[in-house]
Amino acid sequence: MLRNDIAITPELVKDHGLKPDEYQRILDLIGREPTLTELGIFSAMWNEHCSYKSSKKWLKKLPTTGERVLIGPGENAGVVDIGDGQAVVFKMESHNHPSYIEPYQGATTGVGGILRDVFTMGARPIAAMNALRFGEPSHPKTHHIVSGVVAGVGGYGNSFGVPTVGGEVNFHPRYNGNCLVNAFAAGLIDSDKIFLSEAKGVGMPVVYLGSKTGRDGMGGATMASAEFDDNSHEKRPTVQVGDPFAEKLLLEASLELMASGAVIAIQDMGAAGLTCSAVEMGAKGNLGLELNLDAVPTREEGMTAYEMMLSESQERMLMVLHPHLEEQAEAIFRKWGLDFAIVGYTTDTLRFVVKHHGEVMADLPIKDLGDQAPEYDRPWVEPATQPVLDLASVPAPADYATALLDLIGSPNLSSRRWVWEQYDHLIQGNTVQRPGGDAAVVRVERPQGGTAKGLGFTCDVTPRYVEADPYEGGKQAIAESWRNLCAVGALPIAVTDNLNFGNPERPEIMGQFVKALEGLGEACRALDMPIVSGNVSLYNETNGVAILPTPAIGAVGLMDDVTKTVGVAFADAEDVILLVGETAGWMGQSSYLFELHGREEGAPPPVDLALEKKNGDFVREAVIAGRLSAAHDLSDGGLLVALAEMAMAGAKGARLLLPETDVPLHAFLFGEDQARYVVTAKPAEASALIVDAAMAGVAVTAIGAVGGSELVVPGHLTVAVDALRQRHESWMPSYMSGV
Amino acid sequence: MKAAVLVFPGINRERDMARAFESVTGEKPAMVWHTETELPAGVDVVAVPGGFSYGDYLRCGAIAARSPIIDAVKRHAERGGYVLGVCNGFQIVTEIGLLPGALMRNASLKFVCKEVRLRVDNATTAFTSAYAPRQVIRCPIAHGEGNYFADAETLARLEGEGRVVFRYCDEAGEATEAANPNGSLNGIAGIVNARGNVLGMMPHPENLIEVLQGGVDGRGLFESLAKVA
Repeated sequence: MLRNDIAITPELVKDHGLKPDEYQRILDLIGREPTLTELGIFSAMWNEHCSYKSSKKWLKKLPTTGERVLIGPGENAGVVDIGDGQAVVFKMESHNHPSYIEPYQGATTGVGGILRDVFTMGARPIAAMNALRFGEPSHPKTHHIVSGVVAGVGGYGNSFGVPTVGGEVNFHPRYNGNCLVNAFAAGLIDSDKIFLSEAKGVGMPVVYLGSKTGRDGMGGATMASAEFDDNSHEKRPTVQVGDPFAEKLLLEASLELMASGAVIAIQDMGAAGLTCSAVEMGAKGNLGLELNLDAVPTREEGMTAYEMMLSESQERMLMVLHPHLEEQAEAIFRKWGLDFAIVGYTTDTLRFVVKHHGEVMADLPIKDLGDQAPEYDRPWVEPATQPVLDLASVPAPADYATALLDLIGSPNLSSRRWVWEQYDHLIQGNTVQRPGGDAAVVRVERPQGGTAKGLGFTCDVTPRYVEADPYEGGKQAIAESWRNLCAVGALPIAVTDNLNFGNPERPEIMGQFVKALEGLGEACRALDMPIVSGNVSLYNETNGVAILPTPAIGAVGLMDDVTKTVGVAFADAEDVILLVGETAGWMGQSSYLFELHGREEGAPPPVDLALEKKNGDFVREAVIAGRLSAAHDLSDGGLLVALAEMAMAGAKGARLLLPETDVPLHAFLFGEDQARYVVTAKPAEASALIVDAAMAGVAVTAIGAVGGSELVVPGHLTVAVDALRQRHESWMPSYMSGV
Repeated sequence: MKAAVLVFPGINRERDMARAFESVTGEKPAMVWHTETELPAGVDVVAVPGGFSYGDYLRCGAIAARSPIIDAVKRHAERGGYVLGVCNGFQIVTEIGLLPGALMRNASLKFVCKEVRLRVDNATTAFTSAYAPRQVIRCPIAHGEGNYFADAETLARLEGEGRVVFRYCDEAGEATEAANPNGSLNGIAGIVNARGNVLGMMPHPENLIEVLQGGVDGRGLFESLAKVA
């Protein structure tokens, strides 16, 4: 066992992920050499994951406020008003590094962490999503990671009892050495019953709740703040182990406790465990905090103060309780079979004091631990963007049916059924739009009864676009989430962002980060979608190769009447198919180019935010007015892939009559121009929609009709819907059953 | 009809179950915590809902089957009271011994959540009288261990006595191998005891009771109970 007063050597400092100048900052701050426990506390508070030291400067520029925003970034999750005294609480968070090292446990604890963030605020979780990115399918580790991550996401969410209603799964060689696991959760809360982490009052009991503390996950946040190399598997002990059963009990016990009125402040123990939660509660409340580690429930004998302060054991909470309600609170936790221990008190000293076996193991200025964390203005360079691709360099397919089948059967565009059928997406009985469409829709009952509202949820980003042009790619991530929500009839109200990038100490990576955030911010402002929570994951790099820049977006939309929605499935024969938006045939960075030709070239499609707003409003209003029988946004693979998806979902064919255009056919069918949708309507309604669109200045063109059992572009393509479905559904199961 | 829904630590579909009863009967069922030793007076139907009681640790349903409330459930069944076990509830009811057989890990070794078709192979029970004989209904499933197994003799008796109430089938009502989502023997999705007052099933009728949920095929089960209890 390491003594607390050992000499702090440069090696020890380095092992804690602290740079020499950061260590000097510690010495200046406390005026003496820190103890081992203190060094551990600083490393936990000052790593990239917890301190946002490289990203803070840029995060401040994002739009985070709005009429509906009740709580923005800085708490466990964002809170947005949805009327009727209700609010939606949500956030997305990464668990990338641990999931690569130990896929099952990495994913479970990612899901567990984000659920805890949501119910820590007093909300009952109602929906979860996951944005997952893996290396190329042929890479030797990919199969193992996909299998473990999907099983882990399901294993935790299914047992906990939250419907996993949506997400993304993509494959690209740039994730060979770093997978991305971005977990989203949303919960429902009464807007006057929100719980925060700010401690109040001196001498209030600080209570430890939930599972016992073990040695798992020691230094996890520090691990997640560094790049990988060939020996990364040695970091396996830093990965935590999840117990969804304990989390379910913690949820029920916490909500019951909050309802009892005993809770003053609450903070979950996530990254950096006891250290981070205790310091945050004290610092936010301008209070000191004294912990007595003798009282911390442990599951291993002989744990040192250092180990207890750095453990990332899961399913734990810290609360400040009203002193006279302690007994009542304890009874609730005992009922649920969970640990309950008073481990400290708030003080007026502004010191963070940790005692163990009667000895002071740490005594630090509590505000400085957070406020004085290093903040960097890292050098960055303007990212090199790609020139607009010459359309002449993109060959038309020899056979359109083959091209379509190859596209919808490709690793990135094939059906994700194999994934979401392993997630319970129906529990709670409120899932109105199930996985597989543009956005999931979940019912929200009004407290006073009457027509139920709905919430739409979607996850989006196209990392290839962001790599080619971080600014436009950042805009596109928001625009696509906007479209997905509009297509189901939901008004986009807010987003959470999960910013996954490489090593910020490299100016070109920092440049990607800066420009992508600029794009995100601009789009959020234009579309009135404030960013209310989020997470930054940097150092997603192995042996100097960074991931594609991946600012994953989780967006939430509101529906006044949940029944006023449509899906992507073709509904009735003779419905007219309308293309909303304009098609120039943008092939740069398209799926057609990447999946069929292995080329990642050209500038990504530019995003006209005013056009997105206009077209999105038109589609959403048409959905709400009950004028549409189906709606689908156009994204990866363009028009023809969208039509194929609608045909497969509805088990109905379509016959297209394409408008006369100068755009080459393959660019018209596979181009990825933005601000577009395919919608269907009854013939008379379609005519009326075309007129209304013209009045509103929205480009709407009839391009065919639903019917038959084949998708037909006369003279170019005839393919049976069954054949489409067979190809679309086969890649993932056959890949996963191999190896 | 007075219903009670049992709640064990780790159960997570108790609200869905309660909502289904309320939607059909207009009455909220009593929620009964596992440490109770008596059911509320006058209870007609005891529902054991789905979830992961005790995290499914040790063996699905094994720990819940030894909870204090279980003796009261057994007495209720002996008196002829109705017991409905769904998903984890089915596993618990077999662990108690109110129904024969066991639920093993799905043949695919994976959790599966999707909508399946069920054929009502016995529409004369207290749980299924609102359905037509051999009616094909839609129903969601969500489980990792729903692979029904019983020894040959038990299986023959269940089949012979018409105690297989629900069977996985395709849209045409054929109980094909492809329509069997978990490897259950004979495509068994739900069975009753000899007396006909205890039903166990893996699928979740409580999740398909409203148009908004995509259909109302699950209502029949609750309507059947409302007729007799």
